Amino acid sequence: MGEEQVRLDVASDGDIVPARARGRALADELGFSRTDATLVATAISEIARNIVVHAGRGEIELRPAYDPDRRGLVVIARDQGPGIRDVDAALREGFGTKGGLGLGLPGVRRIMDDFAIESAPNQGTTVTMRMWRDLRELNGTGQ
Amino acid sequence: MESDSSLTHEISTSVSEPEASLEELVAYLRQKRSALREQWASRISEAQLLRVMSQEEIFSEVTAVYDNYVDALETGSIETLQAYARDLSDRIIPRGVETHEVLGIVLLLRDVLARELFVRYESDPGQLNRVLDIYEPAANRVAVTVGVSFVEQRERIIREQQAAIRELSTPVLRVRDRLLILPIIGGLDSQRARQLTQQLLRAIREARAKVVVIDITGVGIIDLTVANHLVQTVEAARLMGARAIITGLSSEVAQTLVDLGVDLSMMQTVGDLQGGLEEAERLLGYTVLRVEDAPPMTDQ
Amino acid sequence: MSVAILKQGDHLIASIQSALRDHEVLELRDELADRVGRLRARGIVIDVTALDVIDSFVARSLRTIALTAKLRGAETVIVGIQPEVAVAMVQFKLNLEPLHTALDLEEGLELLNDLTAQVRQRHG
Repeated sequence: MGEEQVRLDVASDGDIVPARARGRALADELGFSRTDATLVATAISEIARNIVVHAGRGEIELRPAYDPDRRGLVVIARDQGPGIRDVDAALREGFGTKGGLGLGLPGVRRIMDDFAIESAPNQGTTVTMRMWRDLRELNGTGQ
Repeated sequence: MESDSSLTHEISTSVSEPEASLEELVAYLRQKRSALREQWASRISEAQLLRVMSQEEIFSEVTAVYDNYVDALETGSIETLQAYARDLSDRIIPRGVETHEVLGIVLLLRDVLARELFVRYESDPGQLNRVLDIYEPAANRVAVTVGVSFVEQRERIIREQQAAIRELSTPVLRVRDRLLILPIIGGLDSQRARQLTQQLLRAIREARAKVVVIDITGVGIIDLTVANHLVQTVEAARLMGARAIITGLSSEVAQTLVDLGVDLSMMQTVGDLQGGLEEAERLLGYTVLRVEDAPPMTDQ
Repeated sequence: MSVAILKQGDHLIASIQSALRDHEVLELRDELADRVGRLRARGIVIDVTALDVIDSFVARSLRTIALTAKLRGAETVIVGIQPEVAVAMVQFKLNLEPLHTALDLEEGLELLNDLTAQVRQRHG
């Protein structure tokens, strides 16, 4: 398997496990530690479920990221669903609506190095996130 | 034991008045090899340098260094000497030879040779000056080369040892059945904390540990980052089914951490390692009753 | 089904064989609730050794299983959480409280015996 971009359709809960397996495989190829690969896989699992539960269908794109001195992995989740009305609230710890949201998204944001979310009512949501292999620091539990 | 390659030079140099050239100097040092080498070796013994080495070993190294030294003077090329110095360093560093000893013996050789030159050119200060002009820069360069090679090798070995301590030897100790100790010594950055956490969790699995004592007495500074790592490690161990006890955390530091917002409620802390081990054994011995988990008895 | 459920004495052992789809997690939840009631089990051990990811959905489902079982008088112990999974769960703040955890099946059954012995002691 080459280190290249992958696009995966996410249309049902059956697509979640393969999506995170591909993410883990890419993390392994890029030399992430087993713990970091597990973090990436868990993050993909959360955002994939987010698509299934809130938008019904969408896609996840996985690709490597290269900097002069580090390598990373980019995950982009896109859907054309109803959008998230209150993004700040969705990212707040303990905010829970149906299904997977609430615990999932704040955790994903905490463990990824970069995290951005774009959402417009009835136009959909795009989550872009990245984890770097080097310069990774463990996130504190304090806040 | 003494192979004397200087004989050929003896013929050409000892006949006429010495001439202040590098070739002449080198030839002379080769000619006087046996005497100067012995002088150097005895100066080393007098100065009580290289005491971990036997007289035979010192003599053999002295011979090699002397020849390399003279070759380096002759050719101006320090590569062979450098390689020898590195090799020598590798052999003597593990035996505890210190930097000051190596610098000491190189400076002694410089001294022995310079004195010899003083004696030889005693009657002709002009010649002496010209010889020293040639000798000193070359000798300094050689001394610096040997010294720097030694220090570099020493640093390399220290770095390798540190890496080995960090990665090869697992710091997780198995005290008795189902009980592990993780003594953390030295500063903890995020990288190292992550590594230790992973090692500990894998060791829990391998040793089927029920209790782990994490001793942080040897950690210099417990800051927010370190504290959060500890909390996470304790929680992860618990998820795997092992109880973690933290020892070596003073009550002042614990209070500071709580003030900073670190949740220590999940963490069981015991003052010192001994107390932690006693508590661990108590936990292992009392697992069947699990006194602290049981609700108050109502049927008294 | 990717989960084998066995009865052993007073206990149910649910051994997850591979990564589960969400609906399989829900099936497991319902199946265990049903069997605890029918078989009057005193304890459940769920072996998650085969899971390389435990996300918020699975964590919450495991808690639900435990709370439901507790209402029917059974304790639940989760066994076999992998080291990397444990670290990820902590970082995602996926708390399994008040679930019990143990290293493996053997430990889990031992812990269940202790827990149910306590209950008997209290009530008997």
